Amino acid sequence: MTPLTPMDANETLLRMENVNIVFSSPDEADIEAVRQVDFTLTRGKTLALVGESGCGKSVTARAILRLLDKNARIDHGRILFSADGGEPTDIAALGSDSKAMRSIRGNRISMIFQEPMSSLSPVHTIGDQIDEMIMLHDDVEQKSARERTVELLDQVGIPGPRQRADSYPFQLSGGLRQRAMIAMALACKPDLLIADEPTTALDVTTQAQILDLLRALQAEYGMAMLFITHDLGVVAEIADEVAVMYLGDVVEQGNVFDVFRAPQHPYTRALMSSIPRMTRRAQRERLNPIQGNVPSPRNRPEGCAFTTRCPHAFAPCSSVHPGRTPAGEGHWARCHLLTHEDAPRVEGILQPGVPAIEGDRA
Amino acid sequence: MLSFLFRRLIAMVLTIWAVSFVAFAIIQLPPGDYLTSYMASLSAAGDRINPETIAALRERYGLDDPYVIQYFKWIGGIVQGDFGESFEWKAPVTDLIWGRLGNSILLEGLAILVMWLVALPIGIYAAVRKYSLGDYLATIGGFIGLAIPNFLFALVLMYLWYVYFGQTLGGLFSPDLEGSPWNLERILDFLAHAWAPVLVLATAGTAQLIRVMRANLLDELTKPYVVTARSKGLPEWRAILKYPVRVALNPLVSTIGWLLPTLVSSSVVVSVVMNLPTAGPLLLKSLTTQDMYLAGAIIMLLGILTVIGTLISDLILAWIDPRIRYGGR
Amino acid sequence: MAVTTHVPVAAEPEASAERRAPTGRESQVRMTWRRFKQHQLAFVSLWIVVLFYLVAVFAEFIAPMDASTYNPRYTYAPPQGIHFVAVDPDGSWHFGPYVNGYKTEIDPEALRRVFTIDPEVRHPLGFFVESEPYRLLGFIPMQHKLFGTVEPDAPLYVIGADRLGRDQLSRLIHGTRISLSIGLVGVVLSLVFGVIIGGFSGYYGGWFDGAVQRVIEFIRSLPTIPLWLGLAAALPRDWGPLQTYFAITLILSLLGWTELARVVRGRFLALRTEDFVTAAQLDGASDYRIIVRHMVPSFMSHIIAATTLAIPGMILAETALSFLGLGLQAPIVSWGTLLQDAQNIRTLAGAPWLLSPGIVVVVAILAMNFLGDGLRDAADPYGR
Repeated sequence: MTPLTPMDANETLLRMENVNIVFSSPDEADIEAVRQVDFTLTRGKTLALVGESGCGKSVTARAILRLLDKNARIDHGRILFSADGGEPTDIAALGSDSKAMRSIRGNRISMIFQEPMSSLSPVHTIGDQIDEMIMLHDDVEQKSARERTVELLDQVGIPGPRQRADSYPFQLSGGLRQRAMIAMALACKPDLLIADEPTTALDVTTQAQILDLLRALQAEYGMAMLFITHDLGVVAEIADEVAVMYLGDVVEQGNVFDVFRAPQHPYTRALMSSIPRMTRRAQRERLNPIQGNVPSPRNRPEGCAFTTRCPHAFAPCSSVHPGRTPAGEGHWARCHLLTHEDAPRVEGILQPGVPAIEGDRA
Repeated sequence: MLSFLFRRLIAMVLTIWAVSFVAFAIIQLPPGDYLTSYMASLSAAGDRINPETIAALRERYGLDDPYVIQYFKWIGGIVQGDFGESFEWKAPVTDLIWGRLGNSILLEGLAILVMWLVALPIGIYAAVRKYSLGDYLATIGGFIGLAIPNFLFALVLMYLWYVYFGQTLGGLFSPDLEGSPWNLERILDFLAHAWAPVLVLATAGTAQLIRVMRANLLDELTKPYVVTARSKGLPEWRAILKYPVRVALNPLVSTIGWLLPTLVSSSVVVSVVMNLPTAGPLLLKSLTTQDMYLAGAIIMLLGILTVIGTLISDLILAWIDPRIRYGGR
Repeated sequence: MAVTTHVPVAAEPEASAERRAPTGRESQVRMTWRRFKQHQLAFVSLWIVVLFYLVAVFAEFIAPMDASTYNPRYTYAPPQGIHFVAVDPDGSWHFGPYVNGYKTEIDPEALRRVFTIDPEVRHPLGFFVESEPYRLLGFIPMQHKLFGTVEPDAPLYVIGADRLGRDQLSRLIHGTRISLSIGLVGVVLSLVFGVIIGGFSGYYGGWFDGAVQRVIEFIRSLPTIPLWLGLAAALPRDWGPLQTYFAITLILSLLGWTELARVVRGRFLALRTEDFVTAAQLDGASDYRIIVRHMVPSFMSHIIAATTLAIPGMILAETALSFLGLGLQAPIVSWGTLLQDAQNIRTLAGAPWLLSPGIVVVVAILAMNFLGDGLRDAADPYGR
């Protein structure tokens, strides 16, 4: 792959600005599930949102479609979406069942999910479910909608699309189901496709096929993609940019190559070193899992969320929430190590007073 | 689909066969055989007993044969549409029951219709607005509906009607329209009478259906496909009605299988209380007078009715649920 | 590990310690009870049910009169109610419970006796008043009632009288004994059938399980009341009250065991694959020992809950059968036979208190349903 240039501001499709998502329950204090999330999505590019389960990546994605559960709300922040280059709409300010929001949902922004079996209605045929999407947003008859559906099914590589359209989800294999799901999501040629762990429930070969398919479709439709996963291998495969989330914080973000080559946040580094590498047996190193467990959001430290498990934590970490610190072109991390003169020295991190390691700042 | 249908049909035939055993056992249960009761009723009425008639009847029902032969004579007659004689009414059982059975089916069918029409929207509302005031009211109403025995409800209704309107509530037709053929006037008259028993019959079932619908829908509402439906841009109510409600309907249809036996049971009691011309009062009368062929026939037919109703609900279920139709999971 | 609460405590010491560190081990019963107490409606219902059964046990003592004591002078006498404060015409106040007497007139048109309450006449009430000697529960000789009129011959019809001038309240109390006990005996019989059949079915599985399942399905697919009626109609008319009573309970449980068998079978099937049962089997424990020592304790609470939920059905069935005249017969007083008197709407319009057994039935059924629901939730913390 050719090296990727940083995002072009003109092509910006959606910008998350300082978004906080809060869960409330009647008998307990509110929980900030996601805090101060910023990122930008660009046409034709893929941003991968990476993190362990429960870190808030799915919640963030659903917030974009305003599909949060009843007990969750966007507390503050803006989600600016400009579909046709015009004045951007703040999705966060729309009513979740408003007409404006519904005309974005499925039409301009669509989503695919982890479990294609349970994400498709068991009692409607695939064709029905895709036709519905088309008829909902485009003013067409059932008949021509079905023609489009068959085309779409063909395009996502479902053999015998005309017959398959009359199948029920349980009659298809997992891979075909996910393809059908993708066909549905693409039915209205969306500007943004949100993929919430679309390959997690599939076996490895199917996984690779689906990723290939998504890449090819993205090239064809020129849509932006927000790809949620916990699998760094998948990230390397599909993403242009990556945002690493930990317990509701985006701790590091940047070009995939920069982040993978020179991770700046201790959490990103820890994630990287917990992946097994393909090496000769003799050269294998012990895997280095992250110490401790993810604390519950209730017990999250006031400062950096990773403090309790960070091997380099020092004075300000537990009390001061670190700001975004640039670590290269379009690459930044939230870590006090990057800003404090008196921070402990850690090899490979761009620290003040330490000369940059060759080629890190391109 | 065909094999499903076939299996259900076989099961139905076997069940009906078992029902016939039960009905036959009930015919045989009272001490003495049918003819002793028959002769007792004849002599009580002061009629002369003709020994030849007795011998003919004895032969016809095989009363001197072992039970197995008696059973086959009886069931053989039934297959040909001959359910035996009612000595109380001095008429073939068939002449007595069809009209009344028709009324039973009509009432029970209406009750099921009312149950669904009432329970469905309330159940959906209670699930979608969980823990709202309406949900609590539905739950409380459901508990009370379940706890009031329907014959008691019928009594209370009749009592209140009598006290406030000075009329007795009961019957299915006005006396002058009792035997007339169906026309608009008779239908209206029927509806004017039938609302009360239908209301009584539907109460308990409605309460149960609301509970089942609420529970099913609560399960379905959290399923991922609901999020998918919303993510398509469907309006909230349309997403809910088209997807989770549709899926939650399937188990609701299968509840007919256990709702129907209870409904048939209660219609017997309610009919007695409200003096309805259905199979219920006839059954009670035949049992108290030990008119056993009539009683056995009614029990058998009520059983068959229930089994057929259950079969119909199975077929509807297969029709609306592709997972059953295609034998998938 | 979430499954621990299902498991006999002895098998899982470390898990229960982890869940509730300070108290250490807590028995299954105690845990169920603690959860049950949080269920307020069920807790209140428990006391109502206890009250009902106390009334049933001490019926002769609590009821001011015998169930069959009649007095033709007071046919359909209306309820007197109980008053506590009286003011004399001269302005002096009296405290203490009393009932008013009746004034009777003959309605010249209908030639019927018409009763009106006479506020002038007061019959004071007392606790533990002396009465005719009787035997509590048929063997404890007693001479006092819980309450009654101080003057031995004063009329006492707190909630009215029936056709023969019998005290409705006393009959209701005696009926409570019969109706509640028939529910209990019927359920115990059903439980015996259900546990034996369901237990075997669930523990051994195979063709036996299949056959039992078919039989259960068959019975459940039939309308019960016509069958009950048919069976009850076959009871010889010359049987005594006691024989009829037991015959009716037997008939009720003949069709009533299926639900309990279903619950027991379901629990057995679920438990059979649990690790602690496998462990016991690997230890070489006998089937009997596994069932009695390991499995039964872990679903005892489920059985209790299912049993509680089955009692209302029994009571309702008895009430319906007796109401139709094919259940218990006249000298026996049950809620169902009492309601038989309420069958005629015209009579009912004149004496609505004849419906009082209905109210009692509904309260009892509601309380037992709530109690059973609460027990079931408490027994199965992960059931919802």
